[in-house]
Amino acid sequence: MENLISLFVESVFVNNILLAYFLGMCSFLAVSKRVDTAIGLGAAVIFVEVITVPVNWALHHFLLASGALEWAGLPDVDLSFLGFISYIAVIAALVQLVEMIIDRYSPALYSALGIFLPLIAVNCAILGASLFMVEREYTFAESAVFGLGSGTGFALAITAMAAIREKLRYSHIPEGLRGLGITMLITGLMAMAFMSFSGISL
Amino acid sequence: MNLLDKKHRGFLKDPLMDNNPIATQVLGICSALAVTVQLQTAIVMSLAVTSVVAFSNVLISLVRNKVPSNIRIIVELAIIATLVILVDQVLKAFLYDISKQLSVFVGLIITNCIVLGRAEAFALQNKPWPSFLDGVGNGLGYSMILITVAFGRELLGSGSLFGFRVIPEAAYAAGYQNMGLMVLAPGAFILLGLIIWVQRTIIGTVSE
Repeated sequence: MENLISLFVESVFVNNILLAYFLGMCSFLAVSKRVDTAIGLGAAVIFVEVITVPVNWALHHFLLASGALEWAGLPDVDLSFLGFISYIAVIAALVQLVEMIIDRYSPALYSALGIFLPLIAVNCAILGASLFMVEREYTFAESAVFGLGSGTGFALAITAMAAIREKLRYSHIPEGLRGLGITMLITGLMAMAFMSFSGISL
Repeated sequence: MNLLDKKHRGFLKDPLMDNNPIATQVLGICSALAVTVQLQTAIVMSLAVTSVVAFSNVLISLVRNKVPSNIRIIVELAIIATLVILVDQVLKAFLYDISKQLSVFVGLIITNCIVLGRAEAFALQNKPWPSFLDGVGNGLGYSMILITVAFGRELLGSGSLFGFRVIPEAAYAAGYQNMGLMVLAPGAFILLGLIIWVQRTIIGTVSE
């Protein structure tokens, strides 16, 4: 239990998937202009992560890893090279589902997220979490916690960024730096702030 | 038909500066920064991305009239994922150490927005040859930023280039220190922000 809590804290703050591994930058830069849409996207990402990481864990352990097909009487088969294409298929299917749910229950959020909702499917943060789960050989419980943690980390970072950018509108920025340039600089400062958590261990 | 007339050269040249995929189109930053601590990994990553963008553009352009538009994303992802698996296997076979260093970031080429972005924006409307050039051009534009960032980070962060020390001992003896910040994530963000600033000052501000 203890190591699960520390894994969660670590994946939210210390190894924040966005600020330490640079995953999910595209939607981070594009959707962080307003706080409410940022929160909506953050929630959608948490939801998708919590489901896809454990599902991909099961896929990896029962179908794809070397020797995983032993239950089917095929102990010598190694399908791990099919990993990428299977994970992305799971993610794409799930994102489609989330899209239909949001469209049904919150049309305002649906139109605010616009093109970035289907693009969650190609959000690096989500595929990245699944790939990290495979590489670090998490157990099932750990992979669920890691999915939740990295989703929360993404949501936290994008919400904070949107809040900063709303205030930023009132400031006077050199012309070439407006937009993307200043956003990258602020992201750098935020990443520095998050790094100060790295001393924490539970 | 001339294969490299003025129009076709434009497909190759525009993404390098005026329409750079990272700095202007804001695509593909995702995986760009994580592999730029060293020049070597950055160059391997650039080659991998350039070949994937070029060939996915060609393949998608070839099937563009046969795929119904509502399932096109799935088809594109399947094509891209297949190409990335090929690249991954080649890297594992011939450059095992580097493929270990790149770890998950080779797989993440699938979700690199440049690949899908160019497929949607260009390959779906154009013939295979222009699509190929567009893919190569965007791959090179991406590589250019990646290598610039990696150059700065390795030089300032570790005092070396391609693993060889370039800052002389005398400088360290005189009190010079490597900039630890550049090896860490914030350094990459700040360096990229500054590069974008320079690029936008040269080509004029882009409206967002």
